[in-house]
Amino acid sequence: MDTNLKHKLMRYMAGNFSCQEIAQLITDYLDGSLTLGDRVRFHMHLGLCFACRNYLGQMKYTIETLRQLPPDPIPQHVKEELLERFRTWKQRQPQPSVKPEIE
Amino acid sequence: MPAYFHLLAPCVGLEGWLCSVRFLFRPPLIVPVRLRIILLFGFDVSLTFQRLPISPSSLTLLDRVKLDELGLVRALQAGDEQVFSAVMDWYSGSLMRLALSFVPSRAVAEEVVQETWMGVFESIHRFERRSSFQTWLFRILTNRAKTRGIRESRYQPVGLSASLGDTDEGPSLEDSLFVTEGSRMGHWKDPPDVWEPDTPERVLLSKECRATIEQAIESLPATQRQVIILRDIEGVGSEEVCNILEISETNQRVLLHRARTRVRRELSPYIQGDNT
Ligand SMILES: [Zn+2]
Repeated sequence: MDTNLKHKLMRYMAGNFSCQEIAQLITDYLDGSLTLGDRVRFHMHLGLCFACRNYLGQMKYTIETLRQLPPDPIPQHVKEELLERFRTWKQRQPQPSVKPEIE
Repeated sequence: MPAYFHLLAPCVGLEGWLCSVRFLFRPPLIVPVRLRIILLFGFDVSLTFQRLPISPSSLTLLDRVKLDELGLVRALQAGDEQVFSAVMDWYSGSLMRLALSFVPSRAVAEEVVQETWMGVFESIHRFERRSSFQTWLFRILTNRAKTRGIRESRYQPVGLSASLGDTDEGPSLEDSLFVTEGSRMGHWKDPPDVWEPDTPERVLLSKECRATIEQAIESLPATQRQVIILRDIEGVGSEEVCNILEISETNQRVLLHRARTRVRRELSPYIQGDNT
């Protein structure tokens, strides 16, 4: 199919979301904060546009990678110091009682 | 209202695996999900199996404590040193990463993390479980880090930096990916490919790749960095993040989107270059 015609058809079918708009709306989409109408239009565009499907996949891949990014452990001396302070604190209050809840 | 409530989560299932069932009002953001049934429009039930970050044989009593938050909080309230030491191992790295986004140096960040733990043992008795332990911890850290950041005078309060536009003004990163004029306006200049040469786990095995992502995050404006750390790296929900950082829901989403777009761009040559 003539690409121009395809794009015209796509814009018509997809209720005028351009690929650029799709890219900008991805986080709203993933957070579930699109309105029902926008969500439907978003899905329609994705159904017709492999590039945006791939881009959404890339964003999901990025998020998943971030989720698995391991933190650096804290230095041992910092930990030792904290445990030391913890012991001092504990000695100061031998019988930890639940204080009234203030917030 | 929280976006989801745990029904049976977490409970220890098979050795070395964490099995949880969640009822969600929205589809889950990240998909560690193996089995997911969509019941009604907008509702789904998901059964998740996550591999624990420890080997099955070392699944000690302490590891189980982490999975049971009520137990964890009670043990801390009772002053259990063993539990406290384990909790520090679990969370200090995450706290450090977040602290670094508020203060100018590693040394100061270390102090902030220490102050946070001091705050924890001083106020654990007042912990009401209105939020998760993790969220509560991040909130303590944020408060200390902000105070500290102001003292170090390099940190701009969140509201101020956002209104000055270091975060949500100006052209967005993805604009450069699109045709900006003519009949193809709004279309991809170069349509994105599928990224599935490798799983994120395997990609992260490479030190170079990890460093690239860490650097991308470090180079973000402070608030974007804080949002992406909390939302994507730590997996805190959007409402809680707004609460911790004292920003609006909309602002939070804009910041998160910008940060993700940036990280995707940095990750991109790495994944594509690796496999073509
Ligand atoms: Zn598209």
